Amino acid sequence: MRGYILKRLFSIIPVLLGLTIIVFLIMTLIPGDPATAILGSYATPENVAKLNRDLGLDKSIVEQYFIWLSNMLQGDFGRSYSLNRPVLDEVLERFSATLILSGTALVLCTLWGVLIGIWTAARQYGWTDKILTFIVLIGISIPSFWLGLLLILLFAVQLRWLPASGMYAIYGGGGLLDLAKHLLLPSLTLSVVATGVIARLTRSAMLEVLRQDFIRTGRAKGVPERQILYRHAFKAALVTIIPVIGVQAGFVLGGAVYIETVFQWPGVGRMLVQAISQRDILLVQGGVVIVAACYVLFNLLADIAQSWLDPRVKT
Amino acid sequence: MTPALDVQNLSKTFGGGTSFFGKAQPAVHAVRSTSFQVLKGETLGIVGESGCGKSTLARMLVGLLPPSEGKIVIKGQDLSGMVGNAAAFGRVIQYVFQDPISSLNPRKTVRQIMEAPLIHLMGMDAAARKARIDELFDAVNLRREFLDRYPHEFSGGQAQRIGIARALAASPQIIVLDEPVSALDVSVQAQVLNLLDELRTAFDLTYLFISHDLAVVEAVSDRIAVLYFGAVVEVGMADEVFANPRHPYTQLLASSAPAVGRPLMPATDGSAELPDPFNPPPGCAFADRCIRVQKECRGTVPQLGHDGLEHQSACFHPIENGRRER
Amino acid sequence: MNMEALKSALALLFRNRLAGFGAVVLSVVVLVVLAAPLLPIHHPDLTNPANRLLRPFSTNHLLGTDHLGRDLLSRLIWGTRLSLVVGISASIIAAAVGAFIGIVAGFFGGRTDNLIMRGVDMLMAFPYILLALAIVAVLGPGLINALYAVAVVNIPFFARNIRGVTVGIAHREFVDAARLSGMGSWRIIWSEILPNVLPVIVIAISTTVGWMILETAGLSFLGLGSQPPQADLGSMLGEGRKLLINAPHASVVPGVMIFVIVMSVNLLGDGVRDALDPRLRSGALARPAPVTRIDRETVPEKIESNALLDVQNLHTHFEVGERVYKAAGGVDLRVDPGECLGIIGESGSGKSVTALSLLGLVASPPGVIKAGSVRLDGKDLLSTNFETLRSIRGSRISYIFQDPLATLHPLYTIGDQMIEAIRCHRPVSKKEAMTKAIQLLEKVQIPNPKARIGSYPHEMSGGMRQRVGIAMALANEPEIIIADEPTTALDVTVQAQILALLSDLRRQRDLALIFITHDFGVVAQLCDRVAVMYAGKIVEVGPTEEILAHPAHPYTMRLIDCVPELGGGKRKLSAIAGLPPAVDRLPDGCAFAPRCDRAEEDCRLGTLATTPAGTSRSVRCLHPSLEQI
Repeated sequence: MRGYILKRLFSIIPVLLGLTIIVFLIMTLIPGDPATAILGSYATPENVAKLNRDLGLDKSIVEQYFIWLSNMLQGDFGRSYSLNRPVLDEVLERFSATLILSGTALVLCTLWGVLIGIWTAARQYGWTDKILTFIVLIGISIPSFWLGLLLILLFAVQLRWLPASGMYAIYGGGGLLDLAKHLLLPSLTLSVVATGVIARLTRSAMLEVLRQDFIRTGRAKGVPERQILYRHAFKAALVTIIPVIGVQAGFVLGGAVYIETVFQWPGVGRMLVQAISQRDILLVQGGVVIVAACYVLFNLLADIAQSWLDPRVKT
Repeated sequence: MTPALDVQNLSKTFGGGTSFFGKAQPAVHAVRSTSFQVLKGETLGIVGESGCGKSTLARMLVGLLPPSEGKIVIKGQDLSGMVGNAAAFGRVIQYVFQDPISSLNPRKTVRQIMEAPLIHLMGMDAAARKARIDELFDAVNLRREFLDRYPHEFSGGQAQRIGIARALAASPQIIVLDEPVSALDVSVQAQVLNLLDELRTAFDLTYLFISHDLAVVEAVSDRIAVLYFGAVVEVGMADEVFANPRHPYTQLLASSAPAVGRPLMPATDGSAELPDPFNPPPGCAFADRCIRVQKECRGTVPQLGHDGLEHQSACFHPIENGRRER
Repeated sequence: MNMEALKSALALLFRNRLAGFGAVVLSVVVLVVLAAPLLPIHHPDLTNPANRLLRPFSTNHLLGTDHLGRDLLSRLIWGTRLSLVVGISASIIAAAVGAFIGIVAGFFGGRTDNLIMRGVDMLMAFPYILLALAIVAVLGPGLINALYAVAVVNIPFFARNIRGVTVGIAHREFVDAARLSGMGSWRIIWSEILPNVLPVIVIAISTTVGWMILETAGLSFLGLGSQPPQADLGSMLGEGRKLLINAPHASVVPGVMIFVIVMSVNLLGDGVRDALDPRLRSGALARPAPVTRIDRETVPEKIESNALLDVQNLHTHFEVGERVYKAAGGVDLRVDPGECLGIIGESGSGKSVTALSLLGLVASPPGVIKAGSVRLDGKDLLSTNFETLRSIRGSRISYIFQDPLATLHPLYTIGDQMIEAIRCHRPVSKKEAMTKAIQLLEKVQIPNPKARIGSYPHEMSGGMRQRVGIAMALANEPEIIIADEPTTALDVTVQAQILALLSDLRRQRDLALIFITHDFGVVAQLCDRVAVMYAGKIVEVGPTEEILAHPAHPYTMRLIDCVPELGGGKRKLSAIAGLPPAVDRLPDGCAFAPRCDRAEEDCRLGTLATTPAGTSRSVRCLHPSLEQI
């Protein structure tokens, strides 16, 4: 087990490297001259050349990459020109808000998705199954950003129960309860689609497992039906469910971009959208690298959970 | 008499080599240096249990798998360097698969399946192909209207006849039959076996008949080679090998086959397993299961003689008279 | 594709009412947007500040107007047109590129596969939308760029999915056969792999196209997709969001449209998936119930006997669509305490179905027990409630199955599985159960049981696993063990050991054993009595030695002749011409009559009953060979 974890830990190094290469390549492909973008189109050629030298843009791409990488490893992600502060500070501050939002959403969608999946599988073709399956289908078909708007309209504008935007109230906010109030609508909205995906997958994984020969063996042994469902079938179904939760974590992290825009949540997604429209490349680079690295780590955890569950993985 | 097929020191190792970081990877010797000959017109039976390397051997012989070492000589020509050039193999040696349904593409009609070797190996035009397919279908006793149907419409026995007709299409001299009847029911398998026998005479073929079923192999073969742990341990005339086994493993096999009128063997303890393929023993692979084991059996690997035509066994202490010892 | 298969797939698609509904809604939407230039609607970009923010159902503006006074209905129709085109194009690009990558990686395998899939993994290491954002950041905002971004982001999903399927197909024997037919790799990909992967590609497209429409709308919503004045549904929604409080209709209208499109695409996509997935076609994806469905009109009269298990007139059918497969069509069996009964038959003869029916373990749907009774000590098991049946399963009657790798739970140690078997029926502590489990492993001669009890099934060899299967069946000292081809998957040398073990154990414990097999040799060595099955019925039953020496039924006779025996030398083997009948269209009279050389006119009429032959045998034949009995 420990050997496997170590092996997997080492195996994410090339993934992280590849990830930085992709981000770096994408960003160097951006048409136009970053120095001109920063200094504005009235800058003198001397100033542009000087800035290019300062930014290291006169060197070869490979050199530039390694300089960028080693700076990043030392915690230097450069300065955001639109905000005029270090990229890392800004990203970390924003990222904690994103983590709160998407972490809550991930917990919600995993719990609900798995529960609904098991319920519907256990009552296949019954009324509970039909109704829940239809609701789940609505869930995965509804645009999350529109759902957010509808919820704001209902709960914030009409009923005035919950705040429409932000993470804390502007005056007198800051407590945990305040955060929870602000968090409720966005995290729910963000979790809807992923709940649907996980529920559908759990249902089909359960049904698939329930047809396996070892379930028949369990029944032939006289194992009670509840135990067949929750011990035998669910454990085997988890082997397919866990990787999907890993993938859904990516959808939730990415989907946060919309939700943060709709609810004015001060997260990294909204920051990225703004940075893209302002062409603040260093900020985009830093944001994407950190979010993606976090996602890679999460998937590593999912893999380890998987190997702990399924002894066949290690061999 | 020159053999139709001469296999010299053929071996196959999977894995091995070094990893990206220079660490040696584990290797499995699926087939260890094996030599045998098949005479023109004869049927050589190859028997062995799972994990003995019989499928790997078969796939090497028809050019589907490159051998690690050794030669495959057919009609005086060494083909072992030409793996991947299916045409070089396809026109002289063909293959009949174990699972008849799975060996036919479910989305093609039987005619399309039959035409493939005629187009790609023989380069025939449409009229010649039609005539040849009709001829082949007559030979395997299938009705011509089957040609426009899809594989799932056939029973296992019929599908296997289609597989045999396809193997015959390119007029090979040798056919490797890899468990051709083990997916079929006993009342049907004889239909296929008898057909194979008729075809052998009619088309002047040489067969390699691979199976785990001793009785079937004995019934169809002229000579039999017994495979254990990737190597031939005994070879001889079909009526001799099981009736009068020399190698203790052959004897174990022969006495394990369930047969009417023979009592069950006493239940021995469960230690009888194949050696670890990643870490094979230095001596005879059967030593741990053998009742006749002596000291030298664990030190060196016993070898089979090289011409491979007489009754021989790769054993330091062969059974002198198997009939009496049983 | 085969026309017949296409037709049945279409029929299945429309049998699914929800999918049909989705198809109808989607076609209406598509027709309307295709006809957009012809419809009597305003120009979508025509501004009219005097009429800004009209509510829906205003005169002249059915859905009202937006903040610039543009007609929302017109903008909705044109926007839908744009969103559909972009979403569908993105799916097709992603599917084409992804499928190509997936097929190449899966087919060539080895280094090619490794290299490609590493690249795909890298792309998948990005949270989904983030990569699209990064791509738009490079290309700049715009609808076409959003299309590329969404397509690129989805390529890895297709590539992975298709690669998995391709690997499975590339290892099928027909691909090897194509190689031996002289076909090159690319030709094999084109004519052997692609036709088999195509349904999967279609399924993948139909289940993701909804997603892609959502994604492109999302990018437009963020202002990174279509740029004003051109508007797709996403950017309409984005503009509407700014007016959420004053004019909610401006965001509700495009939102509803996106929802309706995506929902109908998803409904249709699910229908397509169900229609193309062959497992669903046979109804096999249904969850098997804990007990086989029992649908009997009458329960057979109890016959007084001292048999331990008495099966009367058992009918088990498989109902698949319109077809009824009579897998067991009236089976009568009797097992006395401590006796070994062999049931022998070829594949499809109903022997396994009979064995599983005894405790209601036939998967249902599609299995149904239509008639008959199974009496254990005189009590009908098919009439008891589930709890009673469950308490008998594994305690008084237990099973040993064919392939122990598939029949043992892969994620629990064999110790856990044995302890569970014990504790299901007896209130003992885990520790006691563990001690008992170790004793059982010793009984089945597993070396070093204390160490092996912590092993997982995949860590053991086939023979060892089957010993575990036997130990588990013995756990609660049953009276009867039903062994369903327990040695078929094993090598002969291992089979001999397992048979010897079973034989010893049943004698020591005075167990009754029902042994299902297709091998006469095994029956001869192990069983006291044998029942021969053909096409769902027992055709002959009696003491093993007598039946083997003097078979009375022509089928038994011919079948015994077919079995080659070791020691006979090279010879011609006998066969039975023809094939067993399909059990969904059994002929009248004797099912074996079409293949029988003793058949006469009367064999093809009515139903045949069994008749006694001698003192201890019976045979279902009008013209049996009785000379020797």
